[in-house]
Amino acid sequence: MNEILEQAIQQRILILDGAMGTMIQGYHLEEEDFRKEKFINHHKPLKGNNDLLSLTRPDVIKEIHRKYLEAGADIVETNTFSGTTIAQADYEMEDAVYNINFYSAKIAKEEADRMTALTPEKPRFVAGAVGPTNRTASISPNVNDPGYRAITFDELADAYKFQICALLDGGIDIILIETVFDTLNAKAALFAVQTVFEERGREWPVIVSGTITDNSGRTLTGQTTEAFLISIAHAPLFAVGLNCALGAKELRPYLQIMAKTSPFYVCVYPNAGLPNEFGGYDQDACSMSHEIKEFLELQLVNIVGGCCGTTPDHIQSIAKLAANYKPRLILQDIVESY
Amino acid sequence: MLNPTKRLILNQKYYLKLSGLEPLVVTPQTNFVNVGERTNVTGSKVFLRMIKEERYEDALSVALEQVRGGAQVLDINMDEGMIDGKAAMVKFLRLVMAEPEISRIPIMIDSSKWEIIEEGLKNVQGKCIVNSISLKAGEEEFIHQAKLCKKYGAAVVVMAFDELGQADTYERRIEICKRSYDLLVDRLHFYPGDIIFDPNIFPVATGIEEHRDNAINFFKATKWIREHLPGALVSGGVSNVSFSFRGNNIVREAMHAVFLYHGIQHGMNMGIVNPAMLEVYDEVDKVLLEYVEDVILNRREDATERLLEYAENIKGNTKKEAVSEEWRSRTVEERLTHALVKGIVDYIEIDVEEARQQYDAPLSIIEGPLMDGMNVVGDLFGSGKMFLPQVVKSARVMKKAVAYLLPFMEDSIDGQSKKAGKILLATVKGDVHDIGKNIVGVVLSCNNYEIIDLGVMVPCEKLLEVVVQEQVDVVGVSGLITPSLDEMVFVAKEMERKGMKIPLLIGGATTSKIHTAVKIEPQYQQPVVHVMDASKSVGVVSSLLSENLKNNFIQQTKSEYAEMRERHKGKKVIKSYITLEAAQKNAIQLDWENYTPPIPKKLGVYSFDDYSIAELSEYIDWTPFFSAWELHGKFPEILTDKVVGEAASKLFADAQDILKKIIDEKWLTAKGVYGIFPANSVGDDILIEHEGKPIFLHHLRQQNKKGEGLPNNCLSDFIAPQSSGKQDYIGAFAVTAGIGIEKYLKIFEDNLDDYNRIILKALADRLAEAFAERLHQRVRKEFWGYASDEDLSNEALIREKYQGIRPAPGYPACPVHLEKSTLFEILQATEKAEIILTEGMAMVPTAAVSGWYFSHPESKYFGVGKIGRDQVEDYASRIGQSFEYTERWLASSLNYDI
Repeated sequence: MNEILEQAIQQRILILDGAMGTMIQGYHLEEEDFRKEKFINHHKPLKGNNDLLSLTRPDVIKEIHRKYLEAGADIVETNTFSGTTIAQADYEMEDAVYNINFYSAKIAKEEADRMTALTPEKPRFVAGAVGPTNRTASISPNVNDPGYRAITFDELADAYKFQICALLDGGIDIILIETVFDTLNAKAALFAVQTVFEERGREWPVIVSGTITDNSGRTLTGQTTEAFLISIAHAPLFAVGLNCALGAKELRPYLQIMAKTSPFYVCVYPNAGLPNEFGGYDQDACSMSHEIKEFLELQLVNIVGGCCGTTPDHIQSIAKLAANYKPRLILQDIVESY
Repeated sequence: MLNPTKRLILNQKYYLKLSGLEPLVVTPQTNFVNVGERTNVTGSKVFLRMIKEERYEDALSVALEQVRGGAQVLDINMDEGMIDGKAAMVKFLRLVMAEPEISRIPIMIDSSKWEIIEEGLKNVQGKCIVNSISLKAGEEEFIHQAKLCKKYGAAVVVMAFDELGQADTYERRIEICKRSYDLLVDRLHFYPGDIIFDPNIFPVATGIEEHRDNAINFFKATKWIREHLPGALVSGGVSNVSFSFRGNNIVREAMHAVFLYHGIQHGMNMGIVNPAMLEVYDEVDKVLLEYVEDVILNRREDATERLLEYAENIKGNTKKEAVSEEWRSRTVEERLTHALVKGIVDYIEIDVEEARQQYDAPLSIIEGPLMDGMNVVGDLFGSGKMFLPQVVKSARVMKKAVAYLLPFMEDSIDGQSKKAGKILLATVKGDVHDIGKNIVGVVLSCNNYEIIDLGVMVPCEKLLEVVVQEQVDVVGVSGLITPSLDEMVFVAKEMERKGMKIPLLIGGATTSKIHTAVKIEPQYQQPVVHVMDASKSVGVVSSLLSENLKNNFIQQTKSEYAEMRERHKGKKVIKSYITLEAAQKNAIQLDWENYTPPIPKKLGVYSFDDYSIAELSEYIDWTPFFSAWELHGKFPEILTDKVVGEAASKLFADAQDILKKIIDEKWLTAKGVYGIFPANSVGDDILIEHEGKPIFLHHLRQQNKKGEGLPNNCLSDFIAPQSSGKQDYIGAFAVTAGIGIEKYLKIFEDNLDDYNRIILKALADRLAEAFAERLHQRVRKEFWGYASDEDLSNEALIREKYQGIRPAPGYPACPVHLEKSTLFEILQATEKAEIILTEGMAMVPTAAVSGWYFSHPESKYFGVGKIGRDQVEDYASRIGQSFEYTERWLASSLNYDI
């Protein structure tokens, strides 16, 4: 495992970066930015396939990483949320998947290392973002045939394995399986992770972050927070957590359950509030960190950051705040109960 | 996660944790986990046919039935030569995943073919149990499969099976289980809580000599496994045991009941059963029980023959002839009224049947003679001529009559349309107390209201969901512990937020009109009414739902509450408080210099596994028992009271009957734990020493301005301060008399017998109080021993004529419920006395008491009353929590509004 990371997390609350998509929007990129000379002749439109930018506009992605690092992030996420052959199939860009992951990891690592060199007492880390894909292994997309599945466990596990290998080759420190709305997808990813560890004879820290979709307190596939935790706790995890879909205030009850029952470190990165009627996020840095403050006071977290709608401002504000609080402690009897 | 050195510790913290949509955590408190067996093609021909004919809809309804019947895990098996087991497993699992009511519970993937199991694991998001793996084909395959179970994230059933075959003796069973366990835990670092052994249940009474000890060997092996293989659980397929009685379900069910009873005693945690068909051990016919037990436990040579012979004869048991009485000769309507008013159930079905022959439709019997009878009951109750226990008995008769008629009513219009209104009742989240709420439900249903009772610990969301779904007319929430008050405020806020339009009723022992007026009513624009007791509920509800009375009643209540709020505001100014610092200076001054704290005979923690209930029954304080039934007066005088004497005497006689059964038939088990620890006070805290560790107990101090010479009390003042240099002591205890109650409550409930259900609950409460009283006495006289010559009558005990006190967290002298968690921790009350604390710090079973022992002769009960912000801050820093968090727990003790 990563001893420097282990040391850091025992000493303080670690800060994860904020949204990638929101930042990319700010650059007002066009179709040609997504193609450049690399994909100039691709037969499908590529605008919106953000992961490609690591290859076509690495300057933009690097700058975003840099801004988050300067804002105080300890961990930056690679630009690989859709970096599986399954998610890239929509654009028919499966062939680019290895490079997307390898180079995304590389540029993030370069930026992180540069920052660490400036302030060696505060080491920075790169988390390889592994998204949920756009298919669910537990739910049928066809209402008339509840037994149908658009993807299988084995297909998911293969795709995840390929992505994770490329990310590790690119030099990530942490594997972050995020925005889990179907626990079976996450279990396939964890199966892949364990296979990779067996093959490489070495382990990396793994974080799994679930998504509670609304105030029912359940994942998209219907699990409660604790059921979700129990379903993934067999894997060698570093941290578990929650992200996306809800703002900090709405996430709090579920985070509390997570903090109370988790034998692993706890991680949370909420959206900047709930989306407005145009799908945008209005919550500013100040009011978001005000809501995060409650997590800190209750000592619920070890890693905190932002998801959709958050910016370096948000992260800076959260980082400043978190510096004044102690991280959550893991109780021995919880560890033994798993 | 597992560190291999961990298994050296016999650790109760290895819990089996499973999940469907919801978690299932098997703790030492979990009595037994039912695994539903009907979705198994090898065990059920009906299910097999469904799968063969691809009638998956029907197959799903079998699963649903299992869940509704109480299955906590669903066993699914598709091993049949004629079907493609792998495809059927995948298809059925995927369909199950789409049914939230079924997929709520975890799945047991059951197959003898590994490829079916593995395919199953790839289709379930929750944590499953794999049933099964074993050493049958050698270590290599066993390890390979176990590794994969670990990698997929599943618990495993390990069969007692090895290369030589299935274990059928005690020695072979334990040898194979031990070998399997060592491989799993030492070699693979498999989490011990995820290992479930199936030491093979084989049939008994087969006529074969070697089979006679089959059950006993299973029990012995079970016990050995639970004692020697830490964390591992034991399960088994129970119906195997009765294999030789196929076709005779009465005998089979009796055998299953007996087998499970003894299995559980020996540590069996889990069983594959048909949960909908489980017979209750105590319900088994006594003769049959003896014969079955002889067979299961191999108690006599001719046991099998006797049972076989007896089994032949089990057919059509005759019912007793009714003894005729005078009122039996009246008309059927008069008889029904008589039965309702007198609460006699014996003939109700005969009479209702007779009426059914005479009336055109069942509904006209309900609306005719039965409602007439209930109206008589209502009038008598309203005019104070009948009392609550009698009304509850009447309701029992009514329920039975209606239940009898229901099957005949399917075609006629539904009986619901004539109901006076739909009332939703619930005990709020975090709270488990429901005697009062049940009584309210019964009284209202007697008055023709339809009651939906959501039970206890009901989250607000769930409550409001049902409000909408069922379109109820009134919702009533209840609670006994103080945190429930906040939850009620939350319910009111949520109802407002959701724009609800129905009245909210508030009830329960800690609620009050003033709290309702000040804290709850302002949150919700619709009527909010505090209902003092059950007898008031009918008046309140009928006023709220009557077009004529409604407006007036609501106006009146609103203005009354507004007035109370005004007065409350005014009052706050008048009542004055002093600072915490000043209050501390005005503490009681005890002369420690000339006082020697009594030294306990023994320190440490001690527990009672099964305290004699017969002994405790001698210590019951009956007066509160009658108050629970709204019969007010002191015992025993109440029995001869002019007004309520007759009702009280009847109730007392019925309670004695139940009490006798509790004792003779061992319905309840009393468990308790106490401890005495070295202690000294440090400011308002008490510092105790337990197992060499310092632990702080936190107390609150009175802050209201006192008259000349009166101290501001705090419990810590009764313990010698550290500065005195004297070693003092404090005791702690937690007792319950409610272990095992659920089963009997359920029986009464299924029997539509609220009357006895409520008696049983109230008795259990009394027994727990009696246990607290008795244990305190023994602590004073024997264990601490500072009052060894005390000799007090029960009456004197009730009047607390003894030296020392036993205040309970959550009660006036130490109102903070949170302290219970410290109390439970130092006593290990959950492990030792089987009492669980809920999130809201309520104790389960509810018939439980916990508290502290103070020995000082000057120690006495007092109420802390309201405290100021300065003390909240001080308290927060003492318990190391945020101000807001602390404030929430102290909400009912604040002298200011949050």
